[in-house]
Amino acid sequence: MKSLAELQAIREKTLNRINLRKEDENETVRIVVGMATCGIAAGARPVMLSFMEETEKRGLGNVTVSQTGCIGMCRLEPMVDVYLPGQEKVTYVHVKPEMVSRIVAEHIVNGRPVEEYTIGAAEK
Amino acid sequence: MEIYRAHVLCCGGTGCTSSGSAQLIERFEQKIAEAGLEKEVKVIRTGCFGLCEAGPVVIVYPEGTFYSRVRVEDVDEIVSEHLLKGRKVQHLVYTDHASHEQNANKSLNDINFYKHQKRVALRNCGVIDPENIDEYIAFDGYMALEKALTKMTREEVIDEILKSGLRGRGGGGFPTGLKWKFTYNSQADQKYVACNADEGDPGAFMDRSILEGDPHAVIEAMAIAGYAIGASEGYVYVRAEYPIAVKRLEIAINQAHEYGLLGKNIFGTDFSFDLKIRLGAGAFVCGEETALMRSIEGKRGEPTPRPPFPAVKGLFAKPTMLNNVETYANVPQIILKGADWFCEMGTEKSKGTKVFALGGKINNTGLVEVPMGTPLRTIIYDIGGGIPNGKAFKAVQTGGPSGGCLPAELLDTPVDYDNLIAAGSMMGSGGMIVMDEDNCMVDIARFFLDFTVDESCGKCAPCRIGTRRMLEILERIVEGKGEEGDIEKLENLANTIKATALCGLGQTAPNPVLSTLKFFRHEYEAHIKEKKCPAHHCQKLLQYVITDKCRGCTLCSKICPAGAITGSVKEMHHIDTAKCLKCGACIEKCRFGAIVKI
Repeated sequence: MKSLAELQAIREKTLNRINLRKEDENETVRIVVGMATCGIAAGARPVMLSFMEETEKRGLGNVTVSQTGCIGMCRLEPMVDVYLPGQEKVTYVHVKPEMVSRIVAEHIVNGRPVEEYTIGAAEK
Repeated sequence: MEIYRAHVLCCGGTGCTSSGSAQLIERFEQKIAEAGLEKEVKVIRTGCFGLCEAGPVVIVYPEGTFYSRVRVEDVDEIVSEHLLKGRKVQHLVYTDHASHEQNANKSLNDINFYKHQKRVALRNCGVIDPENIDEYIAFDGYMALEKALTKMTREEVIDEILKSGLRGRGGGGFPTGLKWKFTYNSQADQKYVACNADEGDPGAFMDRSILEGDPHAVIEAMAIAGYAIGASEGYVYVRAEYPIAVKRLEIAINQAHEYGLLGKNIFGTDFSFDLKIRLGAGAFVCGEETALMRSIEGKRGEPTPRPPFPAVKGLFAKPTMLNNVETYANVPQIILKGADWFCEMGTEKSKGTKVFALGGKINNTGLVEVPMGTPLRTIIYDIGGGIPNGKAFKAVQTGGPSGGCLPAELLDTPVDYDNLIAAGSMMGSGGMIVMDEDNCMVDIARFFLDFTVDESCGKCAPCRIGTRRMLEILERIVEGKGEEGDIEKLENLANTIKATALCGLGQTAPNPVLSTLKFFRHEYEAHIKEKKCPAHHCQKLLQYVITDKCRGCTLCSKICPAGAITGSVKEMHHIDTAKCLKCGACIEKCRFGAIVKI
């Protein structure tokens, strides 16, 4: 350890990893994956793992990935809710692992929901 | 360390460990692996969360769900429900004693126990993994050391501590900055920094919790202190009875070495600093600074007269700066956030916060940290959750064997160094033992004196002989053999010991007697004159009698081990007081509340 920069680097790196223990909800983005039996059967687990990989790859310290139960629309599983601070939640349906990087890049990083994946588009 | 979607924080403090948290962690790891979640969920052993009453404590993030009193059997359910399916296990979620509210979601700070607290010294306890230096660094760890070494002169560091008004948290309340300054001013080829982790007060365990939950904070602070006073070596004196604390401190020191945060040329400066651990055998007197230093040197732990003060001639006859664990835990924060930030908390003469170990007759046994000046009532009722079983509050003992008992009239006393001394007690290291109407104050004084008699090192006569004579008088009183003039004899002895004992142990040993005499003199008088214990506690002064509520069910006579109860069916029974052992078995058994102690 020779400088503040080295210390800062460790700090930033570790903060990303323990950020989910923070109590301040106003700054975190929450990705919630439906993981009831229906979700898991439809392939929600690889989707969730993809979200975790993608957020780690991009070093998104303010994102938590968590799971929830069944909300009743089992035919649309795997479903993923994304909560950006201060915004309405956006629900993605029939999510596949290959869709994840686009959702993270366009929605979570740039704030533009991927309309064609959302429940609104699916139910038209 | 990878990114996980959930963290399971299990308390690994001594309290929760003794109620089985180590087995919990094992079970969690096993079940999580069975469910194939090991890449998603991480189990972390943390330090003490403070709410030991509810232990073992488990917190699951990101939801922040606070599970309490978790048993090994419960782990399967938490894994299969919460971690796998994302459904909280409601019946295991912590419920507040007073409001019966469950902690719904996120934020421990919504729980009454934490709402009134301000965690500075305990800020990382229960939050980080104490065996992972990266987590400490993530929470601004070692930033203060970097700031002190590269951006501040030694004088500026000392000035900042002086300005903060930080006072010794180990008991005396001596201004920490002054201690640093005195040692800085001493000229010598070698100086030492030492840390007093020989926490000896019965019931106090904040130093243990800090070492267990945030050991790096103490290491960082000692390095800062070493820089400020010009010492290249430090000693942590910790009792061998704290194995978890010792182990974590060892791990932390090794990690700090690996990162170059201890050792030679820290942060590329010419400052070098190293730490050693010395284990104490647990003698109370070794918490006294001169005795502690003798013990580190490998000699018998006995105090020596001051002056010379340690700042002039301490460890190995070199200038030494000794602070307590909790005092050190405040230092990095003060350097990082500034003295002004610290001064905003607390009262005029006592700045910052203080950790208290709540124990005795109180609902939320545990560790709490509040700003100085918080009234006793807030600590005992709002945070501590009040007295169990609807009993009435009688007194609170602060300061351990050196402190005193404060009665209900003083519950609104704002807690700081000077107010407690004015009230006839002292801060001590922060033990706080709550007593209810069933506690006999004479017996409490006897208990504490028994402790000091045991722990007296025997070097000086006032402490060795004087405290024993006091104990003998107290034992006589609680056995109903008290005589007229005993109170005066106690007062006379107490004042003599206070004035003449060699060290703090002896000088403060009479305090429990003096303070109970001050506030509960009538209890002493009742014991001596009427041969009665008003709290119905002292066995020798008690009589069990059966009142006319008795229905003659014969249960009591069957349970009495001494055969002291006689009477026939459906007739009032009678206790032969000569045979009665006063074991209380009959009271527990009686369904009509007919048996009373008088």
